[in-house]
Amino acid sequence: MPEPVILLDDLTKEFPTDPPVRALSAINLRVERSDYVAVVGPSGSGKSTLLNMLGLLDRPTSGSYRLDGIETTMLKDSARTTVRGSRIGFVFQSFHLLPHRSVLENVMLAEVYGRGSRKGRRERALRALERVRLSHRVEFLPGRMSGGERQRAAIARALMGEPALLLCDEPTGNLDSKNTDAVLDLFDELRAQGMTIVVITHENEVSERAARRVRITDGTLAEE
Amino acid sequence: MHPRDLLNEAMAGLLARPVRSVLTTLGTVLGITTLVVTLGVAATAGNQIVGRFDELTATSVTVEVPENPFPLVDWADVGRVTRLRGVVSAAALAESNQSANLSVRSNDMVDPTRVTDQTLTVVASSPGLPAAVKGRMVEGRYFDAGHIARGDKVVVLGQHAAKMLGITRLERAPAVFIGTQAYTVIGVLGDLKREKSLASAVMLPPAVGGRYGLGTVTRVLVNTGLGAAELIAKQAPAALSPGNEALLQVISPSSPTRARDAVEGDVNALFLILGLVSLVVGAVGIANVTLVTVMERIAEIGLRRALGAARRHVAAQFLLESTLTGLTGGIVGASVGIVVVVAVCAAKQWTPVLDVRLAVMAPAAGAVVGLLAGLYPALRAARMEPVNALR
Repeated sequence: MPEPVILLDDLTKEFPTDPPVRALSAINLRVERSDYVAVVGPSGSGKSTLLNMLGLLDRPTSGSYRLDGIETTMLKDSARTTVRGSRIGFVFQSFHLLPHRSVLENVMLAEVYGRGSRKGRRERALRALERVRLSHRVEFLPGRMSGGERQRAAIARALMGEPALLLCDEPTGNLDSKNTDAVLDLFDELRAQGMTIVVITHENEVSERAARRVRITDGTLAEE
Repeated sequence: MHPRDLLNEAMAGLLARPVRSVLTTLGTVLGITTLVVTLGVAATAGNQIVGRFDELTATSVTVEVPENPFPLVDWADVGRVTRLRGVVSAAALAESNQSANLSVRSNDMVDPTRVTDQTLTVVASSPGLPAAVKGRMVEGRYFDAGHIARGDKVVVLGQHAAKMLGITRLERAPAVFIGTQAYTVIGVLGDLKREKSLASAVMLPPAVGGRYGLGTVTRVLVNTGLGAAELIAKQAPAALSPGNEALLQVISPSSPTRARDAVEGDVNALFLILGLVSLVVGAVGIANVTLVTVMERIAEIGLRRALGAARRHVAAQFLLESTLTGLTGGIVGASVGIVVVVAVCAAKQWTPVLDVRLAVMAPAAGAVVGLLAGLYPALRAARMEPVNALR
């Protein structure tokens, strides 16, 4: 049996305030390859903390997190950065596209910090843009595109380098319903192609499209 | 990360805010321009001054003989200086306060229509004086060893002195009266290149000079070959007065390199400080703007970290951006500086002198300034936690 993409074992995160805040308490989660999981919960429930843990942006206080078979809690900062860059594709609510760079350059940015060769980077970026159906916007600046198009460009960037996990933080938070549908359709397609997707959201419309829903309340996780 | 990618990202970062980048560069431009102009103009001016050092000044050595209970230098000792290799001509001279303003007349007649009494300087000299002052005998001849040995009462007049006394021709062996003593004028010395004041003086042989306090040598004029002045300046005192050389004072031309260095030193010190201050101001400017840029680009830093950028990648990008800013400032500053130096030279009709190393070092200095200025902001950017940066 292949390794799951995400395997959380009693993952706990405490913030050293006075008194200490336990944002995540002993969370267990298993996400298999080409799963499509939505993490839902009200604000303040620990959603963002979980996202930071899953994205290797922050370290847990205790517990274990195996990403794609790699135990990440023991890794040093630089190794975590490498794993983050190579295995995780991020999609943010606010897109995080560089405003002065064309769509193509923004997508190509995903490979800048990897070990891969520069050769063929442009072609790979064009293919990624094709996957999100943005081939007609290649040389546009992000500021001249609609929100949906921008989020699709960001997804294309996340798809570069074939990550094991697509980690989305409120991907439709800044989009109208039409664009939201387009992005969710895209997720369905990607999942059909075998991509593992974790979406963190508070919108029912988004979570209902996911194959699996996980609710987080006061730092604890429950399947729905 | 490929170096070309790093360069790409840094360039894109700079070009994203072109106006700000240009303004940031300005401080370095000013600093480097000031430095280049300072060093360039100083070198040019120094060279110009050296150019004015003509052969005459470069070959003139004067030995001053101070007053002493016994004569430090005898009249005959001048011959020993002449024998030194590199000496072209030499002559001893005696001047005294007592003889500086003596009344000299060309005849004993009282002529109410003209002023016959002239107040002139009287000096005694060794026979080699015409050569030593690089003059020529306009009329007659200079006195020689024979005149001195016999104690002949003869004088040679400087060109102006002869004019003032109304003596133009020597066929009739005119006489002049110094005080009450009559002396035969045997020559007129003119066209002096050195010691031009002697043109309005009366020269006596040392044998008769004792009467006016001119018995002992007070100065020795030496002319050397080109390039020999420095050596002769060292040797002449020993040749003139063995054992007492320390008492003699030598006035020799400063060597050209030292003269140039001195001029450069004077000009440089002030403006170098000015240039360095502008550079520091430029560096502070770069540091400030880079820091502001880092704060503005927190989200971008977070994104880059999410895409797999290590701390060193983030630091490297901001360092490179500030270094490129400094380098650009250095290149522009050096170019403007060189243009200014050339313009100054064109206006002053000087030959521009510019150290090639300066033209190369100036942009490098700008880059170093940018690098140093970027250190702190880059460190701040690198220290940023991705979690906080993406918030």
